[in-house]
Amino acid sequence: MATTSSFTTGKISAETIGGNGVSLGEKEVKKLKIKRFEPVEEPQIHYLNAEKGLWSWLSTVDHKRIGLMYLAAIAVFFLIGGTLAVLLRTELLTPAKTFMDADTYNQIFTLHGAIMIFFFLVPSVPAVLGNFILPIQLGAKDVAFPRLNLASFYIYLIGAIFAFVSITTGGIDTGWTFYTPYSSSTGGNVMMMTLGVFILGFSSILTGVNFIVTIHKLRAPGLTWNKLPLNLWGLYATSIIQILATPVLAITLLLLTMERALGIGIFDPALGGDPVLFQHFFWFYSHPAVYIMIVPGFGIISEVISTFSRKTIFGYWAIALSSLAIAFIGFLVWGHHMFTAGQSSLATMVFSFLTFLVGIPTGIKIFNWLATMYKGSIQLSTPMLYALIFLFQFTIGGFTGVMLGALSVDIHLHDTYYVVAHFHYVMMGGMVMAFLAGLHYWWPKMFGTMYSEFWAKVSATLVFVGFNVTFFPQFIMGAQGMPRRYYNYIDQFQPFHVTSTIGSYIMAVGFTIMAIYLLHALIKGRKASANPWGSRALEWQIPSPAPAHNFDHTPVVLNGPYDYHRPMSEFQMGVADKKH
Amino acid sequence: MSSSDIAIDSGAHNSHVQHHFVNSEQQFESSKMGMWVFLVTEILFFGGLFLAYIVYRAWNPELYTAASEELNTIWGAVNTLVLIGSSLTVAMAIRSAQMNQQKGIVINLAITIALACVFMVIKYFEYAHKFHLGIFPGEYYTYTGIDHPKANIFFSIYYMMTGLHGIHVLIGIGLMIWLIVKARKGAFSSEYYTPVEITGLYWHLVDVIWIFLFPLLYLID
Repeated sequence: MATTSSFTTGKISAETIGGNGVSLGEKEVKKLKIKRFEPVEEPQIHYLNAEKGLWSWLSTVDHKRIGLMYLAAIAVFFLIGGTLAVLLRTELLTPAKTFMDADTYNQIFTLHGAIMIFFFLVPSVPAVLGNFILPIQLGAKDVAFPRLNLASFYIYLIGAIFAFVSITTGGIDTGWTFYTPYSSSTGGNVMMMTLGVFILGFSSILTGVNFIVTIHKLRAPGLTWNKLPLNLWGLYATSIIQILATPVLAITLLLLTMERALGIGIFDPALGGDPVLFQHFFWFYSHPAVYIMIVPGFGIISEVISTFSRKTIFGYWAIALSSLAIAFIGFLVWGHHMFTAGQSSLATMVFSFLTFLVGIPTGIKIFNWLATMYKGSIQLSTPMLYALIFLFQFTIGGFTGVMLGALSVDIHLHDTYYVVAHFHYVMMGGMVMAFLAGLHYWWPKMFGTMYSEFWAKVSATLVFVGFNVTFFPQFIMGAQGMPRRYYNYIDQFQPFHVTSTIGSYIMAVGFTIMAIYLLHALIKGRKASANPWGSRALEWQIPSPAPAHNFDHTPVVLNGPYDYHRPMSEFQMGVADKKH
Repeated sequence: MSSSDIAIDSGAHNSHVQHHFVNSEQQFESSKMGMWVFLVTEILFFGGLFLAYIVYRAWNPELYTAASEELNTIWGAVNTLVLIGSSLTVAMAIRSAQMNQQKGIVINLAITIALACVFMVIKYFEYAHKFHLGIFPGEYYTYTGIDHPKANIFFSIYYMMTGLHGIHVLIGIGLMIWLIVKARKGAFSSEYYTPVEITGLYWHLVDVIWIFLFPLLYLID
């Protein structure tokens, strides 16, 4: 498919390859003929139209198509979760009942949390953007286990069906944390929801296994670990958390299900069990799970900031290893969710200290991104705009997180809106912004079209303003003692609640505009070039949209993904000659 | 681009090598690593139960000593030997595949399945005996032979651990039946025996988990 533009009998290439000591299979490659290809502009046949019909989508093992199916699914869940959030905010306009009763309110905030976390945030970056871009960034034709990858999508859908059954047969009002003994004794269909999340866990595990093996075993010749795009380091760290933490959630939810089905009583004080043990089990997964959500976002931000600053990433290894450090430390801090739950004071002190440690690798990342931008030629395209929003909001979320990690402060702020605001600054203000940055960044590669830059900026501005208007007042009222999850509140908090609700409406308008211009781009956006951002990374050296098998020939990676110190003219994809 | 073009492109493709792998070796290594990573998740899955076991044992050591007397050490020991034997035969099935001995693969897998069934039958009789006594998990527990208020919790943990392990044995039996069907069609050879190898890995893990469960539950005291 690619056209041969020139043919060099690889003196340069042979040295490069030899110097890296790349081995292909058994034999050490000494000299390699390199063909150079220019990517085809506006390809006639690509992965979107290589096969036709609904069945070709439903039965596909192509990682790119699976990524898009995940995108459609999580977009639906984001819409549902977002609508629920707007309903909640509307109810909170007045101190007493506005339009829904208290039980409905409890169910809606539970669903908002469970859907956004388990059905949107956890799969968002890995399963959508990761699936789409990981093999391409590796120079591979697919992930290591394509059929498992498809299976993971269907497992996800089965989990979703369970959740819907739960909602339609009584709903749940436990909060997304399912704390015992309330969750093992309350009415509603808790079992269906926990089984749904249990099943979802397998989907997450399969994605993690697939990514780890793919990164280890399917890197293109020349793609050494120190040339790995930082997005892949982020996904690698995420996958490690996914495979280590998710099984613990699985067993926890299985025990909870058995508690409701057979009354095994391990978490039930009435039968001699211990409810705090549930909290330990739950947070052993769910704290690392917030890093499952945020760490892949870090990867995207690294790509976007380097690309739009036209500069080599600053501190490559610091960023790469800090992702792994966060994954590691993230496993040791779960107890900070239980400072007031009756664990020993020694344990709380240790957990508090370890929580502060997470701030170090996170800070390292922030400073390296800032240093990357320093003296760069910053181009304020939409992905970069979202990256900047991420930096601003995530830093606020991170700092307030460190404050919540401090013992004496946490006793005051525990279970108040301060925690809600902190969490949303990290997850929505950080993670969702990173996801949007990635979606806008790789959109041309996914669909071969460009969206309206003007409307994208309008939407980004509205989302930014709306987000801060929504959640900043929550810091203030939380610090003044407004408890989270309450249906009624005292009059003094009403101005904050009203401001917050107005903010959520602004955000809703922003997201509606986004849905419109993205759908418009999908249907009749103007054609995107192969490399609209002038990036040096491998995924931009192939046509847009990507070919069905990513690469028609195995690529040889000669350059780093952030080699902005070299002119674009030198940047063509090296491709191994047929008989390598 | 059709798959045959790719096959030419990347050289030595055999029929069993999927299009996205360069060669048979890369595919084998990937599958094996994938299984190892999956086994890590299995260990953490059981790890939750082991942790529950440890916590309650630390709180109620006397309960564990008393309750484990209700478990039949002889049958537990027999089951341990049965499972260790099955690990040997599954390893021999892999060896047969490496040596291209078609008959050996089928026979060794069949013996493994038989041993796994023996394990499940013994487990069935152990469970049936306990149900007969009224030793049920949690709130349905009616047995009065153990003088401890939390005896039900011990048996909740016992049933969860051995039950989950039993489900893994059943899954293993299913996988090996599938392998036999494939092996009879001549799907495995010294060139390609990945499914036999990784099912073997899985089976060893099931075995190892039992080797921990047996002393922790049966051999206290």
